[in-house]
Amino acid sequence: MASSTGDQSQAVRNGLRTKVLTLHSMNPRVRRVEYAVRGPIVQRALELEQELRQGVKKPFTEVIRANIGDAQAMGQRPITFLRQVLALCVNPDLLTSPSFPDDAKKRAERILQACGGHSLGAYSVSSGIQLIREDVAQYIERRDGGIPADPNNVFLSTGASDAIVTVLKLLVAGEGHTRTGVLIPIPQYPLYSATLAELGAVQVDYYLDEERAWALDVSELHRALCQARGHCHPRALCVINPGNPTGQVQTRECIEAVIRFAFEERLFLLADEVYQDNVYAAGSQFHSFKKVLMEMGPPYARQQELASFHSTSKGYMGECGFRGGYVEVVNMDAAVQQQMLKLMSVRLCPPVPGQALLDLVVSPPAPTDPSFAQFQAERQAVLAELAAKAKLTEQVFNEAPGISCNPVQGAMYSFPRVQLPPRAVERAQELGLAPDMFFCLRLLEETGICVVPGSGFGQREGTYHFRMTILPPLEKLRLLLEKLSRFHAKFTLEYS
Amino acid sequence: MQRAAALVRRGCGPRTPSSWGRSQSSAAAEASAVLKVRPERSRRERILTLESMNPQVKAVEYAVRGPIVLKAGEIELELQRLSSSQWPLAGSSACVLFPQVMALCTYPNLLDSPSFPEDAKKRARRILQACGGHSLGSYSASQGVNCIREDVAAYITRRDGGVPADPDNIYLTTGASDGISTILKILVSGGGKSRTGVMIPIPQYPLYSAVISELDAIQVNYYLDEENCWALNVNELRRAVQEAKDHCDPKVLCIINPGNPTGQVQSRKCIEDVIHFAWEEKLFLLADEVYQDNVYSPDCRFHSFKKVLYEMGPEYSSNVELASFHSTSKGYMGECGYRGGYMEVINLHPEIKGQLVKLLSVRLCPPVSGQAAMDIVVNPPVAGEESFEQFSREKESVLGNLAKKAKLTEDLFNQVPGIHCNPLQGAMYAFPRIFIPVKAVEAAQAHQMAPDMFYCMKLLEETGICVVPGSGFGQREGTYHFRMTILPPVEKLKTVLQKVKDFHINFLEKYA
Repeated sequence: MASSTGDQSQAVRNGLRTKVLTLHSMNPRVRRVEYAVRGPIVQRALELEQELRQGVKKPFTEVIRANIGDAQAMGQRPITFLRQVLALCVNPDLLTSPSFPDDAKKRAERILQACGGHSLGAYSVSSGIQLIREDVAQYIERRDGGIPADPNNVFLSTGASDAIVTVLKLLVAGEGHTRTGVLIPIPQYPLYSATLAELGAVQVDYYLDEERAWALDVSELHRALCQARGHCHPRALCVINPGNPTGQVQTRECIEAVIRFAFEERLFLLADEVYQDNVYAAGSQFHSFKKVLMEMGPPYARQQELASFHSTSKGYMGECGFRGGYVEVVNMDAAVQQQMLKLMSVRLCPPVPGQALLDLVVSPPAPTDPSFAQFQAERQAVLAELAAKAKLTEQVFNEAPGISCNPVQGAMYSFPRVQLPPRAVERAQELGLAPDMFFCLRLLEETGICVVPGSGFGQREGTYHFRMTILPPLEKLRLLLEKLSRFHAKFTLEYS
Repeated sequence: MQRAAALVRRGCGPRTPSSWGRSQSSAAAEASAVLKVRPERSRRERILTLESMNPQVKAVEYAVRGPIVLKAGEIELELQRLSSSQWPLAGSSACVLFPQVMALCTYPNLLDSPSFPEDAKKRARRILQACGGHSLGSYSASQGVNCIREDVAAYITRRDGGVPADPDNIYLTTGASDGISTILKILVSGGGKSRTGVMIPIPQYPLYSAVISELDAIQVNYYLDEENCWALNVNELRRAVQEAKDHCDPKVLCIINPGNPTGQVQSRKCIEDVIHFAWEEKLFLLADEVYQDNVYSPDCRFHSFKKVLYEMGPEYSSNVELASFHSTSKGYMGECGYRGGYMEVINLHPEIKGQLVKLLSVRLCPPVSGQAAMDIVVNPPVAGEESFEQFSREKESVLGNLAKKAKLTEDLFNQVPGIHCNPLQGAMYAFPRIFIPVKAVEAAQAHQMAPDMFYCMKLLEETGICVVPGSGFGQREGTYHFRMTILPPVEKLKTVLQKVKDFHINFLEKYA
């Protein structure tokens, strides 16, 4: 950025000194970090919102933030039971109030008993409140058909992102061509690329197969690995299942093949499973890496190192703002596990309200509990609506010429491929923009719809995509999808 | 003691994992039991081991939750948890307004309830209006909820007698630790002799040394003056920076005021001197001010670095880069678990602010309930509001109590032969100096432990009292200390202090 030096000399002329902290003097790795989900397009969206508030006339009356997987921001209501219990935890005086059901009170008391000083305001142990870790372990066991989970292998975290970063941190070592390489899917959720840039690790891309509903091919893993070995030391393999942005739900066979591959090639497995409750397509089923690993028996079950992540931000609860999450580690070296705990302890503990919320997510009301009926109804309603929106999105986009959308089997996004005319691509290049960024910026300016260009997630050379959430309310979503399709048609005409 | 020693050694990164009291059975071991398979005869080496892991992470130490606290966790005694500053210990928030506003934000149905005062409801509505979907469950902007940043800016302006604060310079964070860690991260660059040097006080709060380790920056120690109530001497800063220039590029100066673990409250003159020094030496200033509401000594006052900087005139106030930090974990509310905090940045290059937001955006946002907590802290009830009287009483009570305990602790420790405790001018800790007889030093060495770690382990085993050895914070060579909090209720504190006294006298006799 040439302006920086220019700014600095101007500053000096104005009697101001050069700064200690500039683009040139800052941490170069941080400079390389990018995170498209909140990148330039979102910044532009904020500016437009500001302009609207100031009364500037636009071709739209509101900006639609379809860029981020935040369900409640798009109007999804929180689950009543969760908020009732949390309110009781936050303000225990309410335990005597008649406005709360008994089972909510019991849960709150149970959580508070487990907190230091019986308060959410106390720091917890760095790995999280013991009782909650036990509840998480039991959830995992139930989910995985009885395969045991050890609470000592469960670590609560500030959202799943926090734990993912911690595990990656542990793995990064070496220099030059012994520097740690980490295999990540393309397209990926850009937390991975951002963290690898920040840690100075080597990003190793493996491509998901768009022609086959974003399937994961072990042959492609092989290709990526072999290419990587020349210039780094590949030590980890990240899988996002269900996928973000792609939404594919991996088959059991695929997961087994990935585990076998990781074992043979000596790769630490990271399984990002935050969308495990978001599976919509008939015929798709969530299989946890942990379960498949254990069922594969030795040597895999006893030796393959695995870290699996979950969060309170997605699912049916969508409690993003509370930053609740956990990681379960399997077959991790005990001394390294100590080191991980040590690293977590420097930040003291994850937010306790988030831990409490996680507890409720992993141990929801039982069928005999008073709150069960309402809880079930709310939960089913959210998931049913998400499933409907997933189908609708695929349908509408596939009706548009020049847009093709793989089935949204799970997660919260569509990642359709868009055809962009060569003249549009040229125009983008003139402006120094990725073509899909150019498309998305124009879309934003003309319709107020904010989506994230595929270049922010990675895609095969010469292909263009965008990621849009399926989170706006159903009827609104339908209108948005149609608006977007019309815009694309108009855009194509304009640049043909 | 053997096991304790093993625990300590393990904390320093032993080559082979030693066994815990509790078994750390791996899931695989359990699964194979479930699957009824014979154990492998030979096991492959893991991918991730002490040898192969990130060496910078290995180098990290954080004594506040280190071996002694782990040991305390193992001991199922009637535990006096004096090792980390948190409360309430009594099971309810210090100020009733806090849980009220928080509950209203968490479960907005309660806004219809007659059991909540209007001013609590007003605050909750203000917060919720500013949240996506009017819910604490939405991600906020990465810099934090806008109106909360505005409230923080207004708080700073009031606190600093009208010196203006710009909401755009406010970043809400996951506790102050998050902000400190983020700023340090951006600052660290260079290689070899031009690697960034970060000046930190000795004794320090070990977040600093831990982050410096992790970032592979160069730690540059400057010693606080124990003889002078832990005063910060600019000559010592000068000494430290000169020596450092030989082997690194000193760019950052960290100050903790009021001090942790030392509790000193810096004078205004001292702060001016520090600012002048930072200006002269071109250092980026980090002012950790999380204890700004915890000042007890009648002769001391909290002066924010921001205010002093501004009042020193434009040569300083337009040039010195400063980041100041605050938190919801301390003060009189002590809401640690919410992980609320903020930083105010001054004179940062606009491009750097852009980089800062970008870096923060990868983690999306700080916990919104923590942001709400911060809002409650910076927006207390004012005269005329319904909750004002009760709030004022509660605040008085908490702070008065802490001040009393600060004095009590100082006095009681100073009555013990072989313990000397500087005045606790502020913060939440005592950091007394302890005399450890030569024989005890030798015994410690035989166990491969720092002498004050040895002392603290003994104290823990014999009394159940868990404090953190001075070696975890740094101290002058040959001196020994421990850090103890002043948070337990007065009567309990007295008991604890008595027990420490008895233990210490015993210890001196035993190792005479």
